[in-house]
Amino acid sequence: MARLTIVEAVRDALDVEMGKDDRVIVLGEDVGANGGVFRATDGLYKKYGQKRVIDTPLSESGIVGTSIGMAANGLRPVAEIQFDGFTYPAFDQLFSHAAKLRNRSRGRYACPLVLRFPYGGGIRALEHHNESPETYFVHTPGLKVVVPSNPHDAKGLLIASIRDPDPVVFMEPKRIYRAIRDNVPEGDYVVELGRARIAREGTDVSLIAWGAMVRECEKTADQLASKGISCEVIDVRTLSPCDWDSLLASAQKTGRVVVVHEAPRTLGFGAEIAARVQEELLLYLKSPIIRVTGYDTPFPYFKLENEYLPNPERIGRAVEQVMKF
Amino acid sequence: MEKTVKTFSVRYVQILDENGDVDKKLEPKLSSQQLRELYKWMVVERVFDNTALSLQREGRIGTYAQSLGEEAVHVGSVYATSDADWVFPDYREHVAFLMKGVPVKSLFMHWGGSEDGMRLPEKSNIFPVCIPVGTQTLHGVGVALAAKIKKEKLATLTFVGDASTSTGDFHEGMNFAGTFMAPAVIVVRNNHWAISVPRTCNDPDWGGCQTRAETLAQKAIAYGIEGIQVDGNDILAVYSVVKKALDKARKGLGPTLVECICYRLGAHTTADDPTRYQDPKVVAAWMRKEPLARFQRYLKKKKLWDEKFEAAVQAEAKRMVQQGVQEAEQHKPKATDMFDFVYEKLTPNLKKQRVEWQD
Ligand SMILES: Cc1ncc(C[n+]2csc(CCOP(=O)(O)OP(=O)(O)O)c2C)c(N)n1
Ligand SMILES: [Mg+2]
Repeated sequence: MARLTIVEAVRDALDVEMGKDDRVIVLGEDVGANGGVFRATDGLYKKYGQKRVIDTPLSESGIVGTSIGMAANGLRPVAEIQFDGFTYPAFDQLFSHAAKLRNRSRGRYACPLVLRFPYGGGIRALEHHNESPETYFVHTPGLKVVVPSNPHDAKGLLIASIRDPDPVVFMEPKRIYRAIRDNVPEGDYVVELGRARIAREGTDVSLIAWGAMVRECEKTADQLASKGISCEVIDVRTLSPCDWDSLLASAQKTGRVVVVHEAPRTLGFGAEIAARVQEELLLYLKSPIIRVTGYDTPFPYFKLENEYLPNPERIGRAVEQVMKF
Repeated sequence: MEKTVKTFSVRYVQILDENGDVDKKLEPKLSSQQLRELYKWMVVERVFDNTALSLQREGRIGTYAQSLGEEAVHVGSVYATSDADWVFPDYREHVAFLMKGVPVKSLFMHWGGSEDGMRLPEKSNIFPVCIPVGTQTLHGVGVALAAKIKKEKLATLTFVGDASTSTGDFHEGMNFAGTFMAPAVIVVRNNHWAISVPRTCNDPDWGGCQTRAETLAQKAIAYGIEGIQVDGNDILAVYSVVKKALDKARKGLGPTLVECICYRLGAHTTADDPTRYQDPKVVAAWMRKEPLARFQRYLKKKKLWDEKFEAAVQAEAKRMVQQGVQEAEQHKPKATDMFDFVYEKLTPNLKKQRVEWQD
């Protein structure tokens, strides 16, 4: 066991997989000598050389497009996009090709690539460095979408993602990159994709979240415990394919659901969760499902980011609201 | 049969050498007052840069991108524009805003984390800071095309970095500019780095660099437009070449790509640690070519610079920048503005969320 942060766990996962499997290569902007702007690839360039840790020219479309070709020719590319807001230039390659190559070729070609990037707000960053674009990826059939919330899962989920036969979008909550240290097993282990985690058991209300918002929900649960409200916190972990069984089981148990995400509310993944829960469990519900989310606005510059981001106060108010029913 | 159907060449312009000696044949006809004005703007950018750097260290603004080493490129290019010409910056050309009439406080508000900083004055023909690199190339070409359609006498000046020339949008912008003969000038700030990735490829067999193209100016040739290289540490060369390109554009004679060779003498941003990837000896060598000292030597030889002038220019730049800091620090963004500028009129959905936010 080592005590690692999320970003160190990511690095460790890459190291483990590169050590075991020569097909695994890392590519992106500044991932080589610089070790990535968040140091997620620190030391890998020295260890594995420039043909396995590849500094690319500045082109996200280029990074993803060539990753598709590399994957089709037997490599396991793990591409880094420097920030959430710079995934957008790669959308065409990702949506039109990575997501569809298997289906288009009826399985002749597959696209086992991982697209990693730091996402989300809360670090006083510049514009385009605070986005939560998960909806776009979840909405695109053919992509898997994974979002860890702690160091242990970051490593196990990333290893599972690299081994997955399909393209995986791996979103790393940069706000808590270094906020938590966890016991992380050394060497090889996986956290299976498609399985949610009960971060905390409870009976009155289910708080459903992913990434950095899991911690905000846990803090809320702590605060509400003293008021006698028992919150269950569900960490979705894999948004696509989503572990609906676990989410629905929790919702059925508590009868009250609050979904929390940083992304804008309209068509955020919370909308899908609310729809599924009412489709399957209407008669078990004791209250409407409430979403605590970013607003339907561009992510504000950092002086206002705390006005935008969900926090325990806003989540707590939502819980009190559903408890009134 | 085989024959050469076309050969190309790329010109390079330097007017002031490293000692500040001038090539008389190429020396632009600028008055003493204009020359001193160029110098003042370079000093303003440097004072702004140093001030912003210390504010960042004190936590009073956020991540900041230094302009150190690029002053001649920024000042020389923008000085060549007319008031009617539009400027499209990326994130390093601070002085471009000031030269286009944007107050200092706006820049500190922007880097301090408030959108209000980019609420630019109506008369300032400059676009807001643009972070997704390369994308602004198309905006500059688009404004130029509109000007052409509307028969406006203006040109556009777009700045991009060396790495931006690797993006699709840059190439699409160049191709649009070429096909439509847009009155657009694109200035590449070739500062040799994209964060840690070097401009130039040294390995004959592998990448890890920006491009194997020998010059960035030659990228213009593929689109049928003029490309030219200048010494970006020489403000007279930058000014003269960009001025000619803008004049040509306004006359309807087409776009130009100007590659300015300079060097990033600071970190990429305050979040970057260049000791991880840069050789300090190389940086020191480029430091000796830096644009401000070179221009000072020239002015001194022309008897346009002395200690007294320097003291006055420094004092005025500091006063101007400090005033901007104070004004910016009094500013508090209004949280409801988050909702009020998304559309011209608040939508019913946003109206509801705005109320929700206020509760
Ligand atoms: C599309 C895009 N990808 C990645 C980034 C992150 N990033 C910011 S600046 C930069 C390097 C840009 O280099 P260059 O164009 O040479 O400009 P310079 O910073 O050297 O002035 C990178 C990779 C970005 N801003 N936009
Ligand atoms: Mg550069």
